[in-house]
Amino acid sequence: MAAVNRPIYLDNHATTPLDPRVLAAMRPWWEENFANPHSVEHALGRAAEEAVETARRHVAALIGAEAREIIFTSGATEANNLAIKGAARFAAAQGDARRRIITVCTEHKCVLESVRDLQAEGFEPVFLPVEPDGMLEAETLRQALAEAPTLLVSVMAVNNEIGVVQDLPALAALAKEAGALFHTDAAQAAGRVPLDVGAVPIDLMSLSAHKIYGPKGVGALYVRRRPRVRLMPLLSGGGQERGLRSGTLPAPLLVGFGEAARIAAAEGLLDAGRIAAQRDRLLAALSAAVPGLRVNGAAEHRVAGNLNITFPGGVSAQTMLARLQDLCVSTGSACSSAEVEPSYVLRAIGLPEAEAAATLRIGIGRFTSPADVDRAASLLTDAWRHALSETQDAAE
Amino acid sequence: MTPLYLDANATEPLRPAAREAVLAALDLLGNPSSVHAAGRAARQMLEQARRRIAERFGTSPQEVVFTSGATEANALALHSLGRGRSLGRGRRILAGATEHPAILRAVPGIVTVPVLPDGQVDVAALAAALAEGPPALVCLMAANNETGVLHPLEEIAPLCRKHDALLHVDAVQVAGRLPLDLAALGADSLALSAHKLGGPKGAGALLLRRGLDLSALFTGGGQERGRRGGTEALPAIAGFAAAVAELDLAEGQKLAALRDAIEEGARAIVVGAGAPRLPNTSCLLLPGAPAETQVIALDLAGVQVSAGAACSSGKVTASPVLQAMGLGADAGCAIRVSLPWNAPPDAAQRFLTAYAEMRRRLGC
Repeated sequence: MAAVNRPIYLDNHATTPLDPRVLAAMRPWWEENFANPHSVEHALGRAAEEAVETARRHVAALIGAEAREIIFTSGATEANNLAIKGAARFAAAQGDARRRIITVCTEHKCVLESVRDLQAEGFEPVFLPVEPDGMLEAETLRQALAEAPTLLVSVMAVNNEIGVVQDLPALAALAKEAGALFHTDAAQAAGRVPLDVGAVPIDLMSLSAHKIYGPKGVGALYVRRRPRVRLMPLLSGGGQERGLRSGTLPAPLLVGFGEAARIAAAEGLLDAGRIAAQRDRLLAALSAAVPGLRVNGAAEHRVAGNLNITFPGGVSAQTMLARLQDLCVSTGSACSSAEVEPSYVLRAIGLPEAEAAATLRIGIGRFTSPADVDRAASLLTDAWRHALSETQDAAE
Repeated sequence: MTPLYLDANATEPLRPAAREAVLAALDLLGNPSSVHAAGRAARQMLEQARRRIAERFGTSPQEVVFTSGATEANALALHSLGRGRSLGRGRRILAGATEHPAILRAVPGIVTVPVLPDGQVDVAALAAALAEGPPALVCLMAANNETGVLHPLEEIAPLCRKHDALLHVDAVQVAGRLPLDLAALGADSLALSAHKLGGPKGAGALLLRRGLDLSALFTGGGQERGRRGGTEALPAIAGFAAAVAELDLAEGQKLAALRDAIEEGARAIVVGAGAPRLPNTSCLLLPGAPAETQVIALDLAGVQVSAGAACSSGKVTASPVLQAMGLGADAGCAIRVSLPWNAPPDAAQRFLTAYAEMRRRLGC
């Protein structure tokens, strides 16, 4: 049962609760050691530096990378900005004539906007469509790559709204064949689906701590060393992170990120199995009570915790949310959740506006219990019935 | 004996109130951009932090842009106020020769303005540079991180206005140690760092004069009114605001007394002694004694100081700041002693004992 006064949290795409083990790992760094990890001249500084390097090894291990391929950032948004703008600007500064940057119209906003920003600098952005199930067809990418020499392809590993898992091995291979760099925003994928930069030719990968039960305020960019991927930094100055990202490293937060990555690597598969069981339990209960509901996005290629559900009967998701004070779910990405506009991801998979407006995103996580999903199913059913009656009242 | 930490300008010890706030925020579930109950609680904490920081440093809450730290805040100011949205367009950037590398290397083509031997920017040279060309962005730190020397911003702000220049102030070292108010200063933007005032690492802010337009460096997500994408680092920001609430300028007076005792007892050259300086910082120079040797000797004696700024490499080279002040070969022979907010009452005495012993051993 949920703790008193604490709503049931089923919005694990927006952010995840801190794992108590992560807090325990960070605590000594809040309580005892405050040194600047770059002050290697004295003992406290050296201890902080060692802790940061241990964290870097854990993060690297989660995706099969080497520690020195991990650049710490303030989060996935910065990592995505650094990957896309950094790769494009470095290539342009080297006299590379290629201008095409390919991404997908269902990417996170920060990827879309980073690519759009580059348009003002003379690059040519291409936004590929997806299939009605949310998947990017390999053929779609192949054609775009054939049209013009391409600098960079950016495809997210797991979609933050509909949870579909893109076929990175196939897509990355196509990009490589065409001589383009391949970047993936893996903020939603890390710890949830296997990621291995040793097996898949990914050049750049963005990660976020607070999506894997770590703290907000830190993330990472994986930058391949062999063959070496070169970037122009967004933040220059002190020269930290091999010159790719200046700024004092927040050692305690990074210790938390490292521990979160360690746990994710050890328990990710176990989590996925348990989470899938909760998802199936929730979906079964909801399907029985709400005939005609539809789950958006590919059923097979899907992260375990995601349900993106269109409710039937022409209801308004906003009306449902207003009634769901004890349940945290969302209409889409947190960044845009205050907006009234329907989700561009749902539009991209072909949902009519009325259906998009009747859609909720549910994100089940490591700490979701069977009791949580049972209660959530009953709250959602109640909210749907209420919204349905309002719709019918309005029609009469 | 516990080590004596005298490297506050690299990072200040975490204040207990900041630690409490960080831990409370870590316990709080929710993304501040989510509209449900958990998100609203996170948002409330974020906005409270924003109000507190705005109030303390003289701007309105909507003009506080949270960043990952001062490096990002400085870069955001330089790119957005100086360069405009695309590279190659925008204002000339003029920066003091003793600025932090985060400023001097933030964008290409920065013109440096010389400093006088005492470390203060040469105002006449700045005036000449401002008069020379199209509108500029002037970047100056309120207080230098290595010497503690304060620039005469009260003279510089009107000068910038007269020449239609924007003034960006890196206020990292001054915040909490001396009075700081964006409006009173007449600056256009201020960069702050949480961990340099007793808050946690991982948060900072760019404070803007009301009505100043700013485009994002990290785009996407629309956070911070579209001026900085990315989920806000709530625990670090909450700790930042809690540290700000604890700031007490009386601490500075206490530290100034310790600093004076250190400078009197050290019998070394005090760099920038002729200029107004921070109350907590002494840059002590011993000709012929490499800074690295001094720092290591003091570290072995349990006293933690630094040779110049703590940055990336761990390498200790001659300080560019001291070189800009014209110290030549001696620029590699100075250590920075920076007293933290919680410096013990016997800090000066302990430091001087270790310092005298070091000098005896090094024969300098």
